[in-house]
Amino acid sequence: MFLQVFFRVITSTDLWSATLQFGALLLLPALGGVISERSGVVNIAMEGMTLTGAYAGVMTALATHSVIGGIIGAMIAGGLMALVHAIVSINFKANQVVSGIAINIAALGLTDYLLPIQTGGQGIPALGQALRIPAIALGPLANIPFLGPVLFQQNIIFYVAIVVLFGMQFLLFRTNIGLRIRAVGEQPQAADTAGVNVRLVRYLCVISSGLLSGLAGAFLSLGIAGIFNTNMTAGVGFIALAAMIFGKYNPLGTAGACLIFGLGEALSPRLQDTGISPNLLSTLPYILTLVALVGLVGRTTAPAADGIPYEPGTE
Amino acid sequence: MQESTLVKPVTEPTPPLAIEMRNICKAWPGVVASDNVNLAVRKGEIHALVGENGAGKSTLMNILYGMIRPDSGEILIDGRPVHITGPRTAIRLGIGMVHQHFMLIPPLTVAENIVLGREPGGLRAPFNFRQARTDIMALSKQYGLPIEPDTRIERLSVGLQQRVEILKVLYRGADILIMDEPTGVLTPQETFELFSVLRGLVAQGKTIIFITHKLREVLELTDNITVLRRGKNVGTLITRETNQTAIARMMVGREVLLRVNKTESKPGPVVLHVENLHALDDRGLEVLHGVSLDVHAGEILGIAGVVGNGQTELVEVLSGMRKSTAGKITITPAGAGRVSKASNITAMDAREVRLAGMSHIPEDRRGSGLVLAESIEDNTILGRQRSYQFSWRGFVLLLTHITSWAKRLVGEFDIRTPSIAVPARALSGGNQQKIIIAREFASDPVTLIAAQPTRGVDIGAIEFIHRRLIEQRDAGKAVLLVSAELEEIRSLSDRIAVMYEGKIVDIVRPEATEEQLGVLMTGGTLTV
Repeated sequence: MFLQVFFRVITSTDLWSATLQFGALLLLPALGGVISERSGVVNIAMEGMTLTGAYAGVMTALATHSVIGGIIGAMIAGGLMALVHAIVSINFKANQVVSGIAINIAALGLTDYLLPIQTGGQGIPALGQALRIPAIALGPLANIPFLGPVLFQQNIIFYVAIVVLFGMQFLLFRTNIGLRIRAVGEQPQAADTAGVNVRLVRYLCVISSGLLSGLAGAFLSLGIAGIFNTNMTAGVGFIALAAMIFGKYNPLGTAGACLIFGLGEALSPRLQDTGISPNLLSTLPYILTLVALVGLVGRTTAPAADGIPYEPGTE
Repeated sequence: MQESTLVKPVTEPTPPLAIEMRNICKAWPGVVASDNVNLAVRKGEIHALVGENGAGKSTLMNILYGMIRPDSGEILIDGRPVHITGPRTAIRLGIGMVHQHFMLIPPLTVAENIVLGREPGGLRAPFNFRQARTDIMALSKQYGLPIEPDTRIERLSVGLQQRVEILKVLYRGADILIMDEPTGVLTPQETFELFSVLRGLVAQGKTIIFITHKLREVLELTDNITVLRRGKNVGTLITRETNQTAIARMMVGREVLLRVNKTESKPGPVVLHVENLHALDDRGLEVLHGVSLDVHAGEILGIAGVVGNGQTELVEVLSGMRKSTAGKITITPAGAGRVSKASNITAMDAREVRLAGMSHIPEDRRGSGLVLAESIEDNTILGRQRSYQFSWRGFVLLLTHITSWAKRLVGEFDIRTPSIAVPARALSGGNQQKIIIAREFASDPVTLIAAQPTRGVDIGAIEFIHRRLIEQRDAGKAVLLVSAELEEIRSLSDRIAVMYEGKIVDIVRPEATEEQLGVLMTGGTLTV
């Protein structure tokens, strides 16, 4: 009985399509985390930045009557949250974990507070098709059996995430900018004395993490859900954080981790016919996270200067 | 300056000034690091900047390199006033600095480290491995500094890392090189090579500022000397017209004993006995391949060796901080003419080893010697907090006892501090080291291990520490001294054991020359 259901679920296009969709949703904030931490700023605020993005995306889409407007609004909102984190951690040299927690809590409170005010207590109506980010079929590729529906009929943001993934891998390890980012994250003093502007690099990297998380927020509210609900991210940013560490702060490794966690997230609602408690099943992605962190990765090394504010002139 | 132009012969015109720093002031809350300092360096010279720790050498150079902004003062490069706002400006003005603590990124390659911040092709280009390699090979050839561009920094020896630092500075087109204590981590051979590299650079028109506290090197290498003391310029000397004693007097502000005064040792029975000791390093590779040695009561046995030949691990094993894989260590307390029973300390942990009568001045002062964030008071009982002297049944600290104890040590060991309640972090390196020495000596050990006891401390404190070590020896303790400073090993030790690749290769008299020791330290043998 169990095996039958399991086999049916595992071979369905629906499962794998959902895995990739969820994986892409995790990938964007996770890549944001990668670039921020590679530059030496610990960022655990992806959850809050994604939630803010999701909210701002819906509000600006409604206000501008444009889905593009919504996406831009979401990214700006995520970027602004990241800017706060950057100022607090880079200029004021505050504890970056505390700042991240504060941003996560603030984002939850802020969206809760603004939602009834901006909608006159009505809540946000479900968005019409015109205001949603559409899925697109990639020409004849979409007609390939199994692979077509899984890979080539995804939401636009899915493809964007893939481009960002390879772009970031190239940027970090094959360009001069990437060399500087890694240098700043490993040894800011060394980078500074070599003439690299440590603050600027860190600011740009942290803000990028906000832009990417904001985009993920838009993907969630304008793409996948078509609505905004209180705390609709429900831990996406935290799973992304785990994926980043699991992926050893490498874009490609992180993408692999996002796929595994995406699979867990996609499996849990689909295995309910097996008679296992849905509550238990919903813990599946998180159990996978723990197993992955303990068993498969072993020791992951963060960039040497990750989380340490830079003081010029110190040794 | 007019004076010097008068005395110089007409055929040898004085070269123009490359650097002039005028009336530089910099103060931090409570500390004046630079007090109206002037510095003039001529083009094409090697100019020594000497002074004790905290004299303001590094501050002055960090100002020149743009790492620190002065409160007031003026800087002229090649006679033109400049405003240096950061390392980027300094680099543009042709100033390069090789820092005491290397500014390298260990997981990146040599090439990546060298071109960082000035990558071929500009910021927006992909990283051009081939161009970077070609540029570096060209530089390496021009200045005679061979290097392998694709190696990761973490795989290089300290000497080679320094070479990368020099190449990094040259790659940026520096005409003025600031070398901050460059020989502190080098072997005699590496130092020798560095000096010939520096002379070569000067021959090609570079100007070098050489920061050091090793006076012998100053006399050997430099043309002129500027001496700083407590943030002030106390004078500029011409190297060939001065000597060590004169420089030391200017640095410290009083007469300094450079030679260690000691009488012939009167060695007693063996106290510390080490037999065929094996141990692994942090990576799990065997690093001690059967070390055997004996330290007698009333003698100092020095261990000489190039850093990384197992000295660190040997000290850790002896002090109980690292497990040995084979071999035996015993301590036999010897005192008042009688020999007590030997205790086997091989398998003991650090606390038990202490109880057995060993004191330990660790190599890593800030990591294992002190808890920097804690008060001086607490640091003076560190490791002995369980003893009934300082706690009721090893459980409740006897605070008043501890306070009077700490006050006594601060007085006895001349630890300069505003109070015993300040964190150890607030003291200078020399005074931090004195806390450790006070604590370790005051426990009246049977045997004493001193690892790099004067690393990073200034001349005055070195003199003090050396005197105390000799006192311990004369009191009949068995002292094992590990130091990277050959000079120190030679002047303090009664016998010198040379360590190479995890073994004691020879034991020689302290009269052995530095060259002879150098041969042994690099795996050669003495043919007598």
